[in-house]
Order: sequence, then structure tokens, then C-alpha cells
Amino acid sequence: MTFWHIFLAFFIPGILGYGGGPASIPLIENEVVDRYEWLSVTEFTEVLALGNALPGPIATKMAGYIGFQEGGWLGALVGVFATVAPSLLLMVAFLGLVYKFKDSPRVKNMSAYVKPTIAVLLGIMAYQFFFESFTGVGWMHTLFLAGASFLLMEKVKVSPVFVIIGSLGYGAVFLA
Amino acid sequence: MTYLNLFLAFFRSGMLGYGGGPSSIPLVHKEVVGKYKWMNDEEFGDVLALGNTLPGPIATKMAGYIGYRVAGFLGLIIALLATMLPTIILMILLLTSLRDYKDQPWVQGMTKGVIPVVAVMLAVLTWQFVDASKKSLGLKISLIHIFAGVLLLQFLGVHPGIVIGLLLAYALFGPVKEKKENVVRLREGEKTG
Repeated sequence: MTFWHIFLAFFIPGILGYGGGPASIPLIENEVVDRYEWLSVTEFTEVLALGNALPGPIATKMAGYIGFQEGGWLGALVGVFATVAPSLLLMVAFLGLVYKFKDSPRVKNMSAYVKPTIAVLLGIMAYQFFFESFTGVGWMHTLFLAGASFLLMEKVKVSPVFVIIGSLGYGAVFLA
Repeated sequence: MTYLNLFLAFFRSGMLGYGGGPSSIPLVHKEVVGKYKWMNDEEFGDVLALGNTLPGPIATKMAGYIGYRVAGFLGLIIALLATMLPTIILMILLLTSLRDYKDQPWVQGMTKGVIPVVAVMLAVLTWQFVDASKKSLGLKISLIHIFAGVLLLQFLGVHPGIVIGLLLAYALFGPVKEKKENVVRLREGEKTG
């Protein structure tokens, strides 16, 4: 039963997330935090933070880790399979069919129509995380960390790895 | 040799790509088109466009499909594993060892320190998706979608799967303005595909 749930929890974000792995992050949160309650919001943040600090695709890292936590190595395999297989199979097995409809306006509309909703889901998550930080450590630390990380990542173009390591260090010293 | 090259190509682009799959696309391009010449620019562009038509993570779709084209089913498996396995194992090792120190105050402090940074990353992603939908749907329609989305998802608590499912159904079966060039391209696609 657990493995079936792991499969569903990652299959649904996998087939609904248009716009690559990052688009499926809020959909994964919806399943693993809200529906199955495998992780608290804070634990989900930890997984997401570490996932962002490591290289490679984000959706499979999250599926692998959360699958592992719930069902060991087989759980990790099921989570990753559910994330990757459906759309990859479509691409490999039905390439001719997919190719035929690639320029169809209806198919183009599919990803176009989903994007604003993904934006809303990501925005709601960002809000939740700001709110959580605000109530946890107060507005001064939150504003400082958010402002500094935004400037470093988006303006100075520092790699997110260093920004995340920096914030971990800041937390270990000032927020302990 | 091909299998080893496939592994190396996707291992490198996986390990050097920060910020999720979409940010590793240029690295994949460098390996597949530049270094190993498995495809030319046009073919790569086609594969990327196809991948973007489908849902789910893009990096694994690219790896799997290119691996399959270069070396069949085993190539698919190798490219896929090279892309994601190293970082999944790293993730599991790091997080499970961190769990042992969960109750230490400094570990709890670390968790608190990282939350605003993740929030900023999500806010940046949010903006990228708003920008992308502004480009494809226009500002007015995007805003209508966004307001409706906030209402349904945040205030009425509708499952996002239902909202996205309905949008997909509308895209597929709803009314559509067929442009002439699209019809022509579709016919061309029928011949080749």
C-alpha cells in the first residue's frame, strides 16, 4: 500500500507539472505534506533546500529522497520511476505521434494554460515559507536573509550552493 | 565506448547543473551537440521542443530520449542513471545523517536559516512562470488565470490536480483559433511522422 501511495504521490506531479521539474515542486508538496503527511512543512523545506544546494534535476532528487524515507531503496526507486517514466515513455514510444502534434495549437495551449496556475502554486509556497520564517525567527532575520540571498543570487550571480551554505552557517550561529 | 561516453556526458551535465533540470539544458547541449556530435542544433532544438510539450522533469526526458537515440534501451537507462543517481544518493546520505543531529540547537538553527532562502528561490521561480505565461497568453489573460487560481487553490482549497486537469481538457477540447501556418505544419508533420 505504501509503495502504491509513493507511486501516486509522484505520478500526479509528474504528469501535471508543465515547465520542467521546478514546476512540480508545489504539486509534490501538495501530495507529501498535505495529503499523505509524510513530511511537515519544515521538513519539506529542508529537503527542498538541500535539493537546491546539490546539482542535477530537482524533481527526481525529491522523489528519491522522500521515497527512500517512506519505503527504503525500493521506495526511492518507485518515487523516481513515477516521476520520470510516464512522460519519458510517451516521448520514446510515441515520438511519431507527439511529433505530429508538436505544433498543434491545442498542444501548445496545454503548457501555456497550465503556466499561470503553476505560478500561483509556487507563489503560495513562497508565501508560506516567508510566513513560517517570519513567525519562527522574526522579521529582522527573515528580511536580512531574504534580502541578502536575493541580491547575491540574482544580482551578483553567486551560485545558490554558496548562498545556501552561508544561510546554514548563519542559522547555526545566530538562530540556534 | 558509446555507453561510457553517454554516461560521462550526462554525468557531467547533471553534476554541473544547479537550479534544477531546466538550468542544465545548455550543459546537455554542449555535450550532445558540441562534444560528441550525436545531434545537430536543429535536432536538439526539436527534441527540446518535444520535451517541453510534455509534462514532468525536462532533464530526465532529454537524457532518456537522447540515450535511446544513441544506443537503444540500454543507452536510455545509462543516460538516465548518470543524470540523476549520483545526486539522489548524495541527498539520501546527507539528509539521513542530518536527521541524527535533528535535536541539536545548531541543526535547528540551520533549518531556520535556510527557509527564507528557499522562499526567495520560489519567489524567483514564481516570477519566471508569470513572465512565461505573460509571453504566451498576454498580460490580461494571465492575470485572470492568476486571480482565479489564487481563489480556487488558496481560498477554496481545490486540489491543484483538478484545476490543472480542467485547464488541460479545455486546451485540448475547447475552441481554438487555428492559424493557417499551423495547419500547414501539421500536414507536414503527418508526412514525416
